[in-house]
Amino acid sequence: MTAVQIIFLLVAAATLGAGLLVVTAHNLIHAALWLVVSLFGIAVLYVLLNAGFLAVAQVVIYIGAIAILVIFAIMLTRKVAADSGPQTNSNWGWGAALAAALFGALFWIFQGWPGINTALQPLSESQDTVVQLGQALLAPDEYLLVFEVASVLLLAALIGSIMIARVRKDS
Amino acid sequence: MDPINSIANWLEGLFTGWGLAPWLVNLILTGLGIVVLSTVALIVAIVCVWIERKVVARFQDRLGPNRLGPFGLVQPFADILKLLLKEDITPTGVDKIPYNISPIIALATVLILWGIIPLTPTVLGSDINVGVLFIVAMGAISTLGIIMAGWACNNKYALLGAFRMVAQMVSYEVPMVIALMIPVILASSMGIHQIVESQSVWYIFVVPLAALIFLISSQAELGRGPFDLAEAESEIVAGFHIEYSGMKFGMFYAGELLHAFTVGALFASLFLGGWSGPFVEQVPMLGVVYLFTKALFIYWVIMWIKYSLPRLRIDHMLSFNWKFLTPLALALLMVVALTHKLLSNTDPWVYVLSMLVANIAVGWIALSLARRRAIIERKKFEENRALARPAESAAAAPTS
Repeated sequence: MTAVQIIFLLVAAATLGAGLLVVTAHNLIHAALWLVVSLFGIAVLYVLLNAGFLAVAQVVIYIGAIAILVIFAIMLTRKVAADSGPQTNSNWGWGAALAAALFGALFWIFQGWPGINTALQPLSESQDTVVQLGQALLAPDEYLLVFEVASVLLLAALIGSIMIARVRKDS
Repeated sequence: MDPINSIANWLEGLFTGWGLAPWLVNLILTGLGIVVLSTVALIVAIVCVWIERKVVARFQDRLGPNRLGPFGLVQPFADILKLLLKEDITPTGVDKIPYNISPIIALATVLILWGIIPLTPTVLGSDINVGVLFIVAMGAISTLGIIMAGWACNNKYALLGAFRMVAQMVSYEVPMVIALMIPVILASSMGIHQIVESQSVWYIFVVPLAALIFLISSQAELGRGPFDLAEAESEIVAGFHIEYSGMKFGMFYAGELLHAFTVGALFASLFLGGWSGPFVEQVPMLGVVYLFTKALFIYWVIMWIKYSLPRLRIDHMLSFNWKFLTPLALALLMVVALTHKLLSNTDPWVYVLSMLVANIAVGWIALSLARRRAIIERKKFEENRALARPAESAAAAPTS
């Protein structure tokens, strides 16, 4: 086993363990903090794959924005930060079955995918993944349309939130 | 060859001579590098305590520490001894793990930034190709440390301080990221090392407005005055670190001071040419001297702003960011990108001068728009002002 494989196994175990604690933690804030650990583990996995940009973007967006937003939402919601109430509701069996089915389906798909068994080629020093990613996102024959559609979606969400939060002058 | 790389090469030869595997040698050398770099950064933090106290004293017409040692130089060590000897108090009702982790996060997110700052042309921790975004990512994690500290303390003032600080940091991250994109456009790279190397003309002369926006938003990220509402003494006592004592408080304090110096080093690397200066090609270690001189100058500017300006109100702070700084940064980004695309093949002097003119034009337009807006706002305020005015008849009465 190489050092990278050992690190991968440790980080993957930590990510999964933190993910499990997100759903089992009694305190909602603790669940949110475990979510941060889990997201950070994903960022480390990106680093192991030489995807530095994705790793940093993961930290900036998921930890810096979304996790903070989740924590804020919990703190601003009355009384949910206290340790009380049962952990599950009556639908937990359905949820577990759905999760198991999803895991089985993904497992089955990846079993049939040839890429799962190919060894990764190390990147050469001259390859700048950031430049390639940027050009792929903005090239008309690659992902420009998807990129722009995603931007419009985010803009719509932004305008929607402003509309909801706006103070109407007449009322 | 500079001494640091010589020592590293000598150690590498020594360890390989002992028969250690190459990956183990690499691991040991990396570990040593991390220890040395963070030790140097922490020593800088100790010196920063003395500089900060001396400079604030001068701004407030005092002498500052002057009893222990020449110019009070031993004072910071006495401070550290005092912090170490203090009783470590854990208040009741705290959330133990977040309470103890957050001071570590506060200091570690600052220390880790030194890993990507190139100290000389040849000495740098890690030349990652997303260096600029890495700075933002570490800022994001330090936000998390602050909210953990504020929440775990079981104290209302700490929570209020953390809320203010996080609202401020999340907001000012936006103009900061946009301002950081401008050197990236000019250097066509996100690595700090390439940005330093491509500054034949310091970027502060090419894009002064971007440098100013970066300085203002970093000041807010630091939580230093005029953006220090998170620790407004008259309102919320001390903000998010109110319940911390001893060395845990010391870590927040050292983290804050070191962060200010680190922002100076980042500013120097991004806009003031980093390690570049005369004779740096012959004697690479001079780069450290140049970098630290520039960083100290920016640190002094940050203190100058902090101790000269009064604290902002929270709504003013937020609307300054969202209604002025962010649109300005976006407009500047577009103008700089256009100018860069149109003029990148022309004579360097034409390029630099037109960039400078474009920056000044954008800044001037923004300021005149803000001024016009201010006049309108003031007029609105003056019309509706609830003033006690004498009634017309009453004023006329005594003369008759």
